Amino acid sequence: MNISKDLVAASAAPLVLAILADGDSYGYAIIKRVGELSGGHLQWTDGMLYPVLHRLERLGYVEARWAKSESGRRRRYYRITRAGRAHLKTQRRQWQVVDAALREIWMESSLVPASWWPLRQRGVGATC
Amino acid sequence: MLTHDDALEAQITQWRSWLRRRPAIRDSDVEELEGHLRDLVADLRSAGLATDEAFLVAVKRLGDLDAVSREFAREHSERLWKQLVMAKDSDGEPSRSPVRERTVVIGLAAAAAAAIKLPELFGYPHIGSGDGFFDSGTFYFPNVSFFVLPFLAGYFAWKRRLDRTGCLRLALAFAAAAIAINAFPFTAGGHTQTLAALHLPIALWLAVGIAYSGGRWFDGSRRMDFVRFSGELFIYYVLMALGGGVLTGFTAVSFAAIGVDMEWFAQQWMLPCGAMGAVIVGAWLVEAKQSVVENMAPVLTRLFTPLFAAALLALLVTMAWTGSGIDMDREMLIGFDLLLAVVLGLLLYAISARDVQAPPGTFDALQLLLVVCALVVDGVALSAIAGRISEFGLSPNRVAALGENLVLLVNLAWSAWLYARFLTGRGPFTALERWQTAYLPVYAVWAAVVVVAFPLLFGFV
Repeated sequence: MNISKDLVAASAAPLVLAILADGDSYGYAIIKRVGELSGGHLQWTDGMLYPVLHRLERLGYVEARWAKSESGRRRRYYRITRAGRAHLKTQRRQWQVVDAALREIWMESSLVPASWWPLRQRGVGATC
Repeated sequence: MLTHDDALEAQITQWRSWLRRRPAIRDSDVEELEGHLRDLVADLRSAGLATDEAFLVAVKRLGDLDAVSREFAREHSERLWKQLVMAKDSDGEPSRSPVRERTVVIGLAAAAAAAIKLPELFGYPHIGSGDGFFDSGTFYFPNVSFFVLPFLAGYFAWKRRLDRTGCLRLALAFAAAAIAINAFPFTAGGHTQTLAALHLPIALWLAVGIAYSGGRWFDGSRRMDFVRFSGELFIYYVLMALGGGVLTGFTAVSFAAIGVDMEWFAQQWMLPCGAMGAVIVGAWLVEAKQSVVENMAPVLTRLFTPLFAAALLALLVTMAWTGSGIDMDREMLIGFDLLLAVVLGLLLYAISARDVQAPPGTFDALQLLLVVCALVVDGVALSAIAGRISEFGLSPNRVAALGENLVLLVNLAWSAWLYARFLTGRGPFTALERWQTAYLPVYAVWAAVVVVAFPLLFGFV
C-alpha cells in the first residue's frame, strides 16, 4: 500500500517527535523505527527526513549535537525539548480527533453493507 | 573485499562531491547524509547484497537529490536567497526568460526616467529649478515616489506573476496615495506637507514589498527576503549614484574644455532621469546577481556593530562621568530617531544573514550590548523631550518624531528581550526573526498615519 505524499508529509513531524520522545536518536535509526512502526507501509524518502529534522530544530522542538558513533564517525543525535513535548501533545490531540472522526464515519458507512446490520453493531463494539 | 571497499569509498566520494555542488546543502548536511548512506549500505550488505548493489539501492533510498536539495533550500530560507534554482522549480513561480526580463527592465527604467520629465509637458518647472527639490512647495518633492515606485512594483508584479486582484489592489493603493498627497489643501511648504512627503515613500515601500513577495506577504521568509532585497538595493543604488556622479562630472568638465556648456543637460536630464532609472536597474541587478554581493549588507553590519556599540558605550560612560544631561531640541530628537533606525538596521541585517541554527556567539552578545546601549541613550533622550513637550505643547513635527521614536523603541526593547532569552538558551533565534518580520508593516502603517491623519489632525499647517 502506498501512502499519499500529503499524508506522509503531515505525519512526519509528529512521528519524529514521538520517536524522539522515547529517547534520543539519529536520522538513520529514526527512519528504521518509522518502518518498524508502520509495518513497512510508511516509506519515506530517506533524504527528506533531514529537512524535517532541521525544521523541528529551528522551531526549537528538538536539539541536536554531534557525537562519535560506535563506528568512530561523527553522527548527529537529536533530542526532544520541552517545547517539543508540548507540541507533540497538541499534535497528538489533533490526530486523535481526526482519527476518531474517521473511525466514526467508517463504522457507520458502507464498509459493512446495510444487510449486515447486526455485524456492524458488533463491529463498533469491538473497536471501541 | 578490500577492493570492494575501495570501490565503495570512490563511489561515496563522487556522490559527496555531487551533493556539495548544491548551494542549499551545507557541509554539515552532507556529513549527516553521508553517515546515513554509510549506515544504509552497511545494513544492506549484511542482508546479503553485493557492495555495488548496496550502494545503488542506498542512493536510491536517499531520494532524488534535486527534490531533497529543494527541501533543504526551503528549510534554510537564508539559502533560498542564493538558490536561484528555486525560481525554476515547479512549486514557485516559473522564472521569466532572461532576455524578456532585460527588455522589460530597460522599458520600465526608461518609463521611470520619462515619468520624471513628464510634468514639464504640463507646465511644471523642470526639476531642480527655482526653489529647489527639497522645498515641499514644489511639485516634485511630495510626488517623487510616484515617478519610480509604481514601476518598481510593476516589475515585481510582472516577475512574480501577481494575480489580477493583487495588481488591482496595488494600483488602488498608489492611486489613493497620489490623490491624498495632491488633493489635501496643504499650506504650501508647511510642516504637515513636509512630513507627508517624507513619510510617503516609507508607506509605499510596503506596496513594493507586497509586489516583491508575489502576494505571499504573510510568509515570514518572503518578508525577510524583502528586507535583504531592500538592503542590497540600497547598496547598489549608492554605488550607481557614485558612478553616475563620476560620469556627470566627467561630462561637464570635458564639454567645458571644448567650450560647450553642458551643465543644464546634466542637471535637467542626466541627474533626475538617472536617479529614477537606477532604482529599477538596481532592483534588477539585485534580483539577477543575488549571489554576487549577497553578503554586502551583512558584512557592513559585522563591521559596524562593534563600532557603534563602542561609540554608544563611550557616550553613556561620558554622560555618567560628567553628569551632563542631553540638551534636547527637535533636531536632537530626530537625531535620536536616526540612531535607533541605524541600530535597528544593524540588527535586522545581522538577523537576516545569520544562520538560525548556529549557537549563540560573541557577535550576538555584542549585538545585544548595542541594542541595550541604544535603549538607554534613547531613554535619557525621551525623558528630556517629555519636559519640552509639556512646556511647548504638541506640534506635528514633535508628535511625528516622538511617534517614530516609540515605534522603534518598542521593536528594539522586545528584540533585546528576545535576544537575551536566546543568549541564555531559553528561546530559539527564530523568535527574533519572526518578531522582526511581523513588525515590518508597523513602520508602513505609522508612515501612512503621518501622511493621511496628521494633515487632518493638525489642520494642514
